[in-house]
Amino acid sequence: MKKYLLKRLIMSVITLWAITTITFFLMHAIPGNPFAKEGKMPKVVYENLQKKYGLDKPLSQQYVIYLKNLLKGNFGESMKSRVETVNDMIRRGFPVSAQLGLQALLVALIFGPTLGALAALYQNKLPDYISMIIAILGISVPSFIMGTLFIQFIARNVSWIPIGGWGTWKHTALPSLALAMMPLAQMARLMRSSMLEVLGQDYIKTAKSKGITKPAVIIKHAVRNAILPVISILGTTISNLLVGSFVIEKIFGIPGLGMFFVKSINNRDYTLIMGTTIFYAIILIVMLLFVDIMYMFIDPRIKLTKEGR
Amino acid sequence: MKKKLSLLLSILLIAAILVTGCSKSPDDPAITQDPDTPDTEETSSGTKILRTNNGSEPGSLDPALAQGTHESWVLDHTFEGLMKLDKNAKLVEGMAKEYKVSDDSLTYTFTLRDDIKWSNGDPVTAEDFEFSWKRALDPELASDYAHQLYYIKGGEAYNTGEGSVDDVAVKALDEKTLEVTLEAPTAYFLELTAFYTLYPVNKKVVEANPDWAKDAKTHVSNGPFTLTEWEHDASIKIRKNSNYYDAASVKLDGVDFTIIDDENTTWQGYEGGEYDLLLPLPQAVVAQMKANDNPELVIGGEVATYYYNLNSKVKPFNNPKIRKALSMTIDRQTIVDKITQGGQIAAEGVVSFGMKDENGKEYRDGVGQLITYNVEEGKKLFEEGLKEEGMTAADFSNFSILYNTSEAHKKIAQAVQEMWRTNLGIEIQLENVDFQVKLDREKAGDYHISRAGWIGDYMDPMTFVELWLSSSSFNDAKYNNPEYDKLVLTARSTADQKVRFDAMREAEKMVMEDMPIIPLYFYTQPFAQKPYVTGVYKPLVNYPKLTYADINK
Repeated sequence: MKKYLLKRLIMSVITLWAITTITFFLMHAIPGNPFAKEGKMPKVVYENLQKKYGLDKPLSQQYVIYLKNLLKGNFGESMKSRVETVNDMIRRGFPVSAQLGLQALLVALIFGPTLGALAALYQNKLPDYISMIIAILGISVPSFIMGTLFIQFIARNVSWIPIGGWGTWKHTALPSLALAMMPLAQMARLMRSSMLEVLGQDYIKTAKSKGITKPAVIIKHAVRNAILPVISILGTTISNLLVGSFVIEKIFGIPGLGMFFVKSINNRDYTLIMGTTIFYAIILIVMLLFVDIMYMFIDPRIKLTKEGR
Repeated sequence: MKKKLSLLLSILLIAAILVTGCSKSPDDPAITQDPDTPDTEETSSGTKILRTNNGSEPGSLDPALAQGTHESWVLDHTFEGLMKLDKNAKLVEGMAKEYKVSDDSLTYTFTLRDDIKWSNGDPVTAEDFEFSWKRALDPELASDYAHQLYYIKGGEAYNTGEGSVDDVAVKALDEKTLEVTLEAPTAYFLELTAFYTLYPVNKKVVEANPDWAKDAKTHVSNGPFTLTEWEHDASIKIRKNSNYYDAASVKLDGVDFTIIDDENTTWQGYEGGEYDLLLPLPQAVVAQMKANDNPELVIGGEVATYYYNLNSKVKPFNNPKIRKALSMTIDRQTIVDKITQGGQIAAEGVVSFGMKDENGKEYRDGVGQLITYNVEEGKKLFEEGLKEEGMTAADFSNFSILYNTSEAHKKIAQAVQEMWRTNLGIEIQLENVDFQVKLDREKAGDYHISRAGWIGDYMDPMTFVELWLSSSSFNDAKYNNPEYDKLVLTARSTADQKVRFDAMREAEKMVMEDMPIIPLYFYTQPFAQKPYVTGVYKPLVNYPKLTYADINK
């Protein structure tokens, strides 16, 4: 176990370095510049800005400087905001996105597997159809439509739900729900198919023939085995939810991290692009590790110390 | 095993509840009264707070570092320059009590008012102005808008690192007197002193704390309102400044800005009564409000022109006949009536409406309509041009209109494409790219036709006319006409208003004769305002002015 963790840790650091390097050079390769804009900015003003942010130096030198700062945990100054550093922005945006994400995760975790299990138990009956309609809607209706519909039909009609913005728990209700739809639907579908598979297994038949009651068979034997695929997508799901969604945050006017991903690229805000990318990579790596460890607890067949993983 | 599973799941659940629950509890309605409800009730009964939305997070609330409307809308209400726009949108003395201009129009001497104070109680002094302007020019500060101070003698040299700060000709003669010497006579200099880059900052405060503008607590200003709260990417609150000399004419107690950049969401909010005034509005909403004659829609004027660059370095766009033919066969009226639908005006030249000439009359009336829609004439010119270049109409399928990705630009480009197809029989392509990529390609000359827009910085035709100087950094059409340059330079260097305006009119006619760019329309800035809001007006070069607004509920 210890050896495995150490190995994973080293791999993580290498992955992180690779992501940093690739992003850094790709980002500088795309056309555009943080200070270019439609206007008559004199060349000198432009050069002053380049100098201020160290963009006048050769790229390799910029890269070394960036890595050095990164080791100190310093993501640098945003090239668009004169008010906050990239660290400030992440520190401010992440808790907001994470709160929404965890609320959405909670909703998805409660309803997704439940719907999926119900659908499997009542295959080709009404509960199955209802669950799967919800799941198909959740997967196929894009979040920007879902969000807009929620605003139009819920926020406009329910006076205590605000239309957008941030501040109280009320502001989080609709965006959390909108954010939860996709993972909820995915989990429901996964749960349904794996549950169907498990229900056909011999050991379920054995359990039944031993006279164990139906609820006990389902909860003790079926659900426990069927939930494994759901857990395997949890790593990416959690990290996606935690760092926020650009679309949901834009529609509901939420000051989260998700917005920075898209805005930073549109603005060519180099330091912010790097900051958000690396931050996201760290979360993703940690979550994947977390899921692997969780697997070990739930599925005794997986032993992490063995070769092959 | 089952214990482990339930343990894990419950840990997950508890963790989720803890994280979400922590931030929830203070606002939980079961524990405290909901803070939202009493607040809005208070607004309608006692204090007058105007609620609106500022489209995106300001990059800074330091006037020297501001770059655009998302910053200037807040700054215009929290700071005041030497001159200001009054209730009737007239340029009058602001921080200055009076000013004198020397006979050669080069030296301005401003005397400040006696009773002016910063929001922290310090007096506003001439020295603050000298300090602020030199600071904005400091190359170390790297202000995007430093060129707004290049009119001052020595300003450009200092900003470009060639001169020294001591040679910048702005000087506080005493506590209340400021003397400024300009490089050349600049008719609109007084108006520039009302522009945000030229707002003063408090010398003492800035020197003591370079980060003063980053936090509402340390922010000090001299305008009708002061910054009291700034939640990044969420909201900005400004409140009436009791130290403001003209506080008596300010009826509002404050303005609350949310920071939400989705136009559809904020529009839903406006309809739901969460805003008193709102802009920008979704295009479809403006069209519908206009069609219904909705009294809440105000079409604000704007000094801005939407146009297409023609790359004169690429054949056949080097040929003026081709360029004119392309312009002549665009039906601009249809574009503004059927596509943009926000009260925009079909372009009549490069300079938009609203500028005054030497006699105080509308500038455009003195130049007249410089753009015609004439398919027959256009076809003829086009044939001639093609013959001169040895090309055929089929060659045009190799050319494209380049625009930055946006539904609005796309619709216009499609309409133009169709008009040219019908009128000239050419198949021009459309190409959309990311805004930054478009800028890059324009600068590199890697395009055929590209969409562009220019919003005037000040109320003088020069703000447009100077764009096509051969040396201008925004001359993406690569227009190069020595005669034109001469006219612009004449207009720039004379104090004689008649000579100046004659030169600018001549220049505009010349550029429309050569047609290096195809103006399409003059922008407008529609906004929505509830019937109980009064006293708001839209200065042509700014967002709506809320200083004199009132709420009569």
